[in-house]
Amino acid sequence: MDNRLKIELERQGIVATTLQELYNWGRKNSVWPMQFGLACCAIEMIATTMARYDLARFGAEVFRSSPRQADLLIVSGTVTKKMAPQVVRLYNQMAEPRYVIAMGACAISGGPFKQGYNVLKGIDRYIPVDVYIPGCPPRPEALIEAFIALQKKIAAQPLTGEGRPRHLDADAPGEFPVPAFGEHDLEPPANESVWHAPLTQIQGT
Amino acid sequence: MASSPYFSLAALFVAALGFGLAPLGLVWLWAKIYSPPKPNSIKNAIYECGLESKGDAWVQFRSAYYLYGIIFLIFDVEAVFLLPFAVVFTSLGAVACAAMLVFVLLLIEGLAWAWAKGVLTWS
Repeated sequence: MDNRLKIELERQGIVATTLQELYNWGRKNSVWPMQFGLACCAIEMIATTMARYDLARFGAEVFRSSPRQADLLIVSGTVTKKMAPQVVRLYNQMAEPRYVIAMGACAISGGPFKQGYNVLKGIDRYIPVDVYIPGCPPRPEALIEAFIALQKKIAAQPLTGEGRPRHLDADAPGEFPVPAFGEHDLEPPANESVWHAPLTQIQGT
Repeated sequence: MASSPYFSLAALFVAALGFGLAPLGLVWLWAKIYSPPKPNSIKNAIYECGLESKGDAWVQFRSAYYLYGIIFLIFDVEAVFLLPFAVVFTSLGAVACAAMLVFVLLLIEGLAWAWAKGVLTWS
């Protein structure tokens, strides 16, 4: 239906919707994040859930302690190489359709510890990330902004065809390999299906 | 058939059954269409998170650990009591000193016994 016609109808007191919109409206307002904090960003995440910032306004107040009941993983903080296998394992155990917010510089790229020997340079090396929030740590407003961005992303997902949610796509991978804690680095150092090494050695530079 | 006295009863029974089963069927259908399962081996595992445990919990500890713990107590308790004793040493009478000596000697006796038994040699 034409969007302008829809707005015109709504002005007249007639609500027109599609099953897809209704379905996505329900999905985006019932995201259950996992109660899982890694570092200082987790403190901001906790603040976001508390009364002042109140993530409950967006339908995400139920932080679940079990990955089996959660569908949003907020990677809140530095992912060390020792912790990375556990993060990927938890992601694998979450209910479909699941989403990931990489919160803060560390979860995005390793942040201030990027040059460190023991810090994973971004959780997107192993699991697909939906929303990145820069910051060190990001303020609760930034997390809410990311959450709204995720809600918009969910609302825009078609239920059929290209770009449909992973749980409706039988071919979408359900299991992401858990890296092992190797002798020098994690094995494998990245999941090639979700992450590609950036071009850093470009000729002439 | 409709004239049977049990007809209304049967009709009610079928309606009651439908009343209970229809929501279950709808839920099943809804889940089948809108929330197809996507299992994987990690999701199906009983183990949830943290580090996987290694080895067996039924391990036997050497009894020597226990003896070492007991012998450590000799020095530990002795230090705890000797410190306040040393602080008020100058104002104490002979009886108090004798009592402390007995206490220390009792503990030392225990140590000497353990030593003579060869507990202190770690092999």
